[in-house]
Amino acid sequence: MDYRTPLSRAKGLGSAKSGTGHWWMQRVTSVAMVPLSFWLIKFLGLSLTAPYQQTVDWLTSPINTICVIAWIIAVFYHAALGLQVVIEDYVAAEGPKIISIWAVNLAFLFLAMAALLAVFRIVSIG
Amino acid sequence: MAINTNRPTSPHLQVYSLPLTGIISITHRITGVMLSAGLILFVCIISALAGGAESYDTMQTVLNQWPFKLVGWGFIYALFFHLCHGVRHLIWDTGSSFEAETLNRYAMIELAASVALTLMTFIWGHYGL
Repeated sequence: MDYRTPLSRAKGLGSAKSGTGHWWMQRVTSVAMVPLSFWLIKFLGLSLTAPYQQTVDWLTSPINTICVIAWIIAVFYHAALGLQVVIEDYVAAEGPKIISIWAVNLAFLFLAMAALLAVFRIVSIG
Repeated sequence: MAINTNRPTSPHLQVYSLPLTGIISITHRITGVMLSAGLILFVCIISALAGGAESYDTMQTVLNQWPFKLVGWGFIYALFFHLCHGVRHLIWDTGSSFEAETLNRYAMIELAASVALTLMTFIWGHYGL
């Protein structure tokens, strides 16, 4: 049984994918980041003014490490989801739309990995 | 699918003065995109810290020049604005407070809260401006 509409078959882009999953994860990550933003502000404040060892000591304390890592995972996920919506709204042509969404997804995956790697390096040195 | 781009359109954004809620709505989107771009700077900062004391000091010297300080404070304000309007969206998601008079009241609360949070961060004093 094929429930797809003739238009959806003709476009050949598959199903609607994850349904409400995109919308829901945008909300889950946003709620998580309400408290976690404190750790970003604190980290930025230290990074711009404090001596090297003080920033390292702060980041290597377990609760701070966990919260910064949690923030990193949430924020890059949230940013990729949000930029996808912006692209879908303003890029009408199907090809460029799909390519730019995946370019953004991969770029933010790469940035998230770079940020996580940096945290692990600091923790292992610290 | 071929899209007919030659259809007649009515004048819209050029002649339509956005209400406060509309301005906040598009600002939410713009700040979201700018904050996403700002994440690149975050990766640079945390990578400089991971690189050791020398690269950390270089990063501090560069970022404490005033154009970067301006970008930093712009990032902080954009963050709090996006956070406050994000909370507003979460309240909307529960299905409440869509009434016309509530919209403007909440808009003012969001703006006041985002400015207040930025000032609190400023006073908190890590930034030495």
